[in-house]
Amino acid sequence: MADRYVLAGDQGTTSTRSIVFDRGGRMVSVRQREHRQFFPRPGWVEHDPMEIWANTQRTAAQALHDAASSAGEVVALGIANQRETTVVWDRATGRPITRAIVWQDTRTADLVAHLSARPDAAVVAEHSGMDIAGYFAGPRLRWVLDAVPRARERAERGELLFGTMETWLIWNLTGGTDGGVHVTDVTNASRTSLMDVRTCRWDPVLLDFFGIPETLLPEIRPSVGLLGSATALGSPIPITGALGDQQAALFGQACFAPGEAKCTYGTGSFLLQNTGTELVRTRSGSISTVAYQLAGEPVHYALEGSVAVAGALVQWLRDGLGLIGTAPEIETLARTVEDNGGCYVVPAFSGLLAPHWRGEARGLVAGLTGYVTKGHLARAVLEATGWQTRDVVAAMAADSGLALPALRVDGGMTTNNLLMQFVADVLNTPVVRPMVGETVSLGAAYAAGLAVGLWADVGALRRNWHRSAQWSPVPARAAQLTAEYPTWEKAVRLSIAWGES
Amino acid sequence: MPGTVQSLERAAAILQVVAGSGGTLGVTDIAAAVGLPKTTAHSLLRTLLGVRFVEQDREGRYALGQGLLRLGSGHLDVNELRSRASNWADALASRSGHAVRLASLVDAQVVVVHHVFRPDDSAQVLDVGTLLPAGRTALGAVLAAFAPHRSVRGLPDTGRAEVTAVRARGWAADEGGHQPGSAAVAVPVRGSTGLVVAALGIAGPAETVLDGRHQPRPRLVAMVQESAQGIARELGWHG
Repeated sequence: MADRYVLAGDQGTTSTRSIVFDRGGRMVSVRQREHRQFFPRPGWVEHDPMEIWANTQRTAAQALHDAASSAGEVVALGIANQRETTVVWDRATGRPITRAIVWQDTRTADLVAHLSARPDAAVVAEHSGMDIAGYFAGPRLRWVLDAVPRARERAERGELLFGTMETWLIWNLTGGTDGGVHVTDVTNASRTSLMDVRTCRWDPVLLDFFGIPETLLPEIRPSVGLLGSATALGSPIPITGALGDQQAALFGQACFAPGEAKCTYGTGSFLLQNTGTELVRTRSGSISTVAYQLAGEPVHYALEGSVAVAGALVQWLRDGLGLIGTAPEIETLARTVEDNGGCYVVPAFSGLLAPHWRGEARGLVAGLTGYVTKGHLARAVLEATGWQTRDVVAAMAADSGLALPALRVDGGMTTNNLLMQFVADVLNTPVVRPMVGETVSLGAAYAAGLAVGLWADVGALRRNWHRSAQWSPVPARAAQLTAEYPTWEKAVRLSIAWGES
Repeated sequence: MPGTVQSLERAAAILQVVAGSGGTLGVTDIAAAVGLPKTTAHSLLRTLLGVRFVEQDREGRYALGQGLLRLGSGHLDVNELRSRASNWADALASRSGHAVRLASLVDAQVVVVHHVFRPDDSAQVLDVGTLLPAGRTALGAVLAAFAPHRSVRGLPDTGRAEVTAVRARGWAADEGGHQPGSAAVAVPVRGSTGLVVAALGIAGPAETVLDGRHQPRPRLVAMVQESAQGIARELGWHG
């Protein structure tokens, strides 16, 4: 009997990838294509939705072609996507009315400040689970309606459609102007500030607050379940999974039980902890978000802690300071010394996200003496990522009361053994890396495959998860780092004070 | 004097001039410095460009190339090596069902630079940084066989006969070399210049790695070789 495969599409910030996975969760084929980044003004970041759609078709066709030689049948398609990136297009022509506004884009800062000052602003946190922030898609959609000529009038007449990337791609995959399905999944919808996080429906109060006509909005669906049939890739493939990329990584890491958590170490770092089917109200600086929903089952929630600068600080050491030739060489440089020499780096390049949320903070290097060498600086750079993970984990523990049994990690920085051991020691928790590092794509594949019965239940996915490495905390070192933690906290306070006007 | 090759001497002189400049030089300056016609210097430089011993900048001026800078092995940073090899090593562990190790020569010793657990979730300890006995492990045998220009500590004299055999086969195996009851098979990994920069191997219970005649199972050898080729391509080797 032929094997059954799943195609996963990972529509990311810099590239679009199509990967075919087998039942063992192993990659059969992979294709990737980068897209252009547009920076029309300071703080603005845009993508061309048509280019991304073309790349999706092209990489999917190639990955399917590559896998065709392996005698397996592709039975489902799952999508993971860059979150909060906003597309608005013409229902009749299928053409976007403006380029996609990317999650890194800060053009809505003034709008958000204006909205936050309204007397009824507290309704946003109460209903959506998150404070008003330019990070989320709702304010971007409002900006498009305000800024693009006739957009609001056309939206009210039902001529325009809104979506985050998965919505845009699913609409095109299922036929576009010829009967395309206009849907989003509950994890992506939870990142708009427009959804009631308890009922998981568009919230009339929030739509009114942000000034968004409901005619624009896609239907909210579970993450795992039939979304439509992809007719644009040759023989039809059911689209049966969709998740925002960080939620996809949580799913791919098989974090299905309350307390289980993953952290993706890339340019920034994103830590999500499953909190089960009860929504946790946050007070300590983490975000309450939807983790996933299986069709016919309750929504599972997560706490999220996003850190803007992790690997980006290593890139700065390479490109800004020229101290290393490639990013992995930081470990070699850091190992030339025994410790940080009293040096701390707070990488608040454009403020601090979780758990501080201080946009005014600016980066600093603290504790410099004549003793400090580039090796100590390299240590401090790596440790900054570990300290920030501790900040986020401490905030989550305060909010959820859940213990962290182990931290599951993925992303490029996980090949750095010095950093991973530091994270284990600074959290006093085992750090484990899975065999399949492509957790975002794998999560999309798992969601889609689960819906069509390729895997019986999440237990089967859990059995697919295997450790490729583990770093265990060294008690003496963990105690030493706990004693040093107040020094890091002092450095963070100084970086916030530095940016205050 | 028999045995000297004029064009090699001239190429060496050119490299010395370029290295001595500390920066970039145009072909006219190079030709003048080594006392050759410009056309001769140009054709030598084209050959050196082909093997990446020199590089050209946008103005067409020459500098020493990456191929030359990386010629002495050991210039490939072990952490860089791990980062480039990681996806291939994970896939190899996943497909073979065995633990995977990547080893390099560091100061004439065989050092584990990357380790992927056996995918069965049993208790295992990461042994990155561990020194392996060169004479008793497949990884050590491969590194010794393919690094004849470098000394390898801990290699018995009898190991020299094995060197020829390993080079001819393209792989090495051991039984009980790493742990009693276990067996391993390893193959060379080539870097961007074609020199062997590491050994990639799998290890596991002897009965699963070896067949009835105590030979490594061909299916496993092929898997390890395929992964090693993948890593080599990732490192820039197109041989």
